[in-house]
Amino acid sequence: MADISPSPTATWFDWVKPKSTGRLITTVLLFIGAWVMVFPFIWMISSSMKPTDEVYDADFSIIPKTFKGFENYYGVIFEQPYMVFLMNSMIVCVGILVIQLLTAIPASYALAKLKFRGSSILFGTVIAAITIPINVTSIPLYIGLVKVGLLDTYFAMMFPFIVSVFAIFLFRQFFRGFPDSIIQAARVDGFSEIEIILRLILPSAVPAIAAFSVFSFVAHWNDLYWPLIVVQSQDKMTATLSMMQYHPLSTRTTGAPMPPPPSSPRRWSLHSFSPAGCSSGASL
Amino acid sequence: MLTDGMKMAQLTLKNIKKSFGDTPVLHDISLDVHDGEFVSLVGQSGCGKSTLLRIIAGLEHPDSGDVLIDGQSMLEAAPKDRNIAMVFQDYALYPHMSVGENMAMPLVMARLPLYARLPMMRSITPAGRGAQPEIRADVEKVAKQLRIEHLLDRKPAQLSGDQRQRVALGRALVRDPQVFLMDEPLSNLDAKLRVQVRAEITELHASSGLTFVYVTHDQVEAMTMSSRVALLQTGHLLQVGTPNDLFADPANLDVAQFIGSPEINITPGESCDGKVTIGATTLPIALPTSGPVQVGIRPETISVSDAPGLGALNSAAPTQRLAFNKRLIEDLGPEVLIHGTFAHAPDSIIRIRAQKSDAYSSNGVLAKSNSLEVTVNPNQLLFFGADGQRMRPTTVAQKRVETA
Amino acid sequence: MTVSKRQQTQTRLAYLLVLPATLLILAIYIIPILFVFLGSLTDYTLVSDYYEFVGFENYRQMFGDEVFANALNNTFFYALLFLPGAFIISLVLAIAIQEQKQFRSVLEVLYFLPVTSTLAAMALVWAALMDSGQGVINNTLQTFGLPRVNWFGNEDVVLYSLAIISLWSIIGFNMVLFLAGLTSIPKNLYEAAAMDGADHPVDKFFRVTWPMLGPTAMFVAVTSSITAFKLFDTVAILTQGGPDRASEVFLYLAFLEGFEYFNMGYSAALSLFFLGIIFLFALIQAFFSDRNVHY
Repeated sequence: MADISPSPTATWFDWVKPKSTGRLITTVLLFIGAWVMVFPFIWMISSSMKPTDEVYDADFSIIPKTFKGFENYYGVIFEQPYMVFLMNSMIVCVGILVIQLLTAIPASYALAKLKFRGSSILFGTVIAAITIPINVTSIPLYIGLVKVGLLDTYFAMMFPFIVSVFAIFLFRQFFRGFPDSIIQAARVDGFSEIEIILRLILPSAVPAIAAFSVFSFVAHWNDLYWPLIVVQSQDKMTATLSMMQYHPLSTRTTGAPMPPPPSSPRRWSLHSFSPAGCSSGASL
Repeated sequence: MLTDGMKMAQLTLKNIKKSFGDTPVLHDISLDVHDGEFVSLVGQSGCGKSTLLRIIAGLEHPDSGDVLIDGQSMLEAAPKDRNIAMVFQDYALYPHMSVGENMAMPLVMARLPLYARLPMMRSITPAGRGAQPEIRADVEKVAKQLRIEHLLDRKPAQLSGDQRQRVALGRALVRDPQVFLMDEPLSNLDAKLRVQVRAEITELHASSGLTFVYVTHDQVEAMTMSSRVALLQTGHLLQVGTPNDLFADPANLDVAQFIGSPEINITPGESCDGKVTIGATTLPIALPTSGPVQVGIRPETISVSDAPGLGALNSAAPTQRLAFNKRLIEDLGPEVLIHGTFAHAPDSIIRIRAQKSDAYSSNGVLAKSNSLEVTVNPNQLLFFGADGQRMRPTTVAQKRVETA
Repeated sequence: MTVSKRQQTQTRLAYLLVLPATLLILAIYIIPILFVFLGSLTDYTLVSDYYEFVGFENYRQMFGDEVFANALNNTFFYALLFLPGAFIISLVLAIAIQEQKQFRSVLEVLYFLPVTSTLAAMALVWAALMDSGQGVINNTLQTFGLPRVNWFGNEDVVLYSLAIISLWSIIGFNMVLFLAGLTSIPKNLYEAAAMDGADHPVDKFFRVTWPMLGPTAMFVAVTSSITAFKLFDTVAILTQGGPDRASEVFLYLAFLEGFEYFNMGYSAALSLFFLGIIFLFALIQAFFSDRNVHY
């Protein structure tokens, strides 16, 4: 926009006006803020390449004085079960996602485009269920799993999440936007409903499915609560849950800092980014 | 607001240039808008007309050139200080404010100090309370004039298109501007309302005596409302003139093609030794240069010769015959639109717009045959060179028309 | 095929399509919720299979329980620290970043980075940064002549520390929501405001930005509130509710009662209370999102 001439009646508020110096200061402040936001990552990556005693050196430097990167990462990858944890996380997240898609897509198509009795009740239930977090239903689900003896299995880790009411809602809204005329034209052309779903609806829904997949994968990759409840053994432990073993301070027991376990920073840095790399959004 | 009739507003644009990045949008535009004039900036979308309007308003800064109001440069003035009002294409009403609040906005901003404009301060501070009744009175006066006083408490979302349009006009009017800018104000209305609001704006211009600059892509709007029309194309000002100037005396082919509906017919011809040949017909018209020319024939100026009473309004005028192949006829009610081609140039569609008559009935001449003879008046033909520039006949051919 | 026959097969197909999802919704949401409600009326513990109905005894115990009151207190205090920051900092950031031209996308990415990370892992990094002994933060404070802080060991500080970590992890997310809200404000409203004389930043904010941001602001406020009430990961990893229950927040208490002490009946009552709060927020949001739609 055009430069704005100083108004003849200048007030004390005038300093708020965007001037180039003001803009420069904002930019500088924004970058300082960004440094604070990013610093934990920088510290983590830097520490993951340091020997343990250097991590807690009084004078922190980004570049390690002694480079231990190879040893540290080698240790995590080959000498500890961390790869198993990552694999567990992967199995659980992929498993959840696949079943979520398999259950949600047909249901949401029926809700969006087919008429049947009870559809509004079902949709109302879906909406209501969106607000129910896992924390509320965890007790009966846990007891149920105990009763059938499935605790500490992949099934137990996936079960509460294999139907995503959020996905049903999202896809239903998306499918509703799909023109009825095209579906009717396809019916006239002799497509069966299944063919309509597979050949028309599904390809058009790829962006929504992709967005949901990222969301779902990240949410369950980052989940700590449910694995904490159902996982009991090392060989089912997820990567996120394994962080529990490595908290460097135990304030409850001693109130004093304990030396960090030798491997921790590099382990965190392997883990701290979700592979899909986007959006926590788990609150939705 | 209409009492100060003596206020002058001469708007001058001097050598305005503007580019967005590497794309030039305005090349050296100069234009004078006289006090009280209604000037339309017309052109296809992307021609730069809206950018020019926004430069006048102060929402864009030109790369070079100057905007003057009454001889005073406005380049460094903020939009609010230019004494200009603007009506946006989609009205830009504040959706969270009532109609009254929308219209009061310019007055609140102008009359209250900043601290009194902060949330809730208007009803607490003395300055805010003091200005309130006066603002209300001014808003009501304008609302009455625009017949929207019953809508003052509604939100924009509750209004119909033409009501929103009037609110936008009202918000512009309360400021008592010298110059009134409008950016395609009718484009969001349906066809019926458009005609109605068009008349209202013309009336408003006449009664207020303000200077209007009006942007539109619709040449009919421009032709019907304006005192003068400025036609823009790809950032160039093609021609400025009265609507009739542009229609009857276009400077070049682009102007001729833009103005007029249906579009002007173009057919190839040949200029040679003081004569122009169109197909088998030779006209005694001398053009300044020899070679191929493009002949423009307005659809209204062609008549079907074998159908007496159909077409040409002044049948006494000298005429010239051309062979024509009819393709189809559109019935427009009182008129017909005949589509076809000239025999000498079968590639280009020619349209004839004619009054309806007996000839159009089922046994009239139009129904019987596809091959017709049409007549044109050589005086009404427009000639354009290969570069698209207008070529004016050097001799007045009117009285020496001979049949070939 | 006749129309009605076609209709019939279509209906049958519809039932087939929704069947798996419906069964799972029953198994994962409806039946468990019923059991939570029934369970909250019993003194069921996982340890023994014997239980009896105790009516609303669990609820009575809940509202008379100091531990519950403490957890609720902690949660609200934490929310009070967390919410203004989560809202105001994100909004200010969004407005400032939107006005940046060259650096906008770089800054957006940098501020969003924490959102993409696993909080459980980054909590450990924060623990190290906030280490009372050799942590970078305390060392920095000391350099500036400020006193060292016992971030996780001091009862009066621990909720601030958790709030800082949560803010760090959510600001980028809220900022992106606000940015989306800001971008969707029609540009010509600002131009109309400039024509009307509202070209001062303060006027622009109060006349256009803030009112137009209403629905986004409500969404951010409600989702952030729910996030505040769901505080769990950092507590479980870093403090386990300590020191001396000073960081024992609501969800962590429910977790302890249910899965550490196996007081399933009591924990069920806590869960339902939690659900009530979430529903309340959802209602607020539904109410305002209906009211705040403009056009």
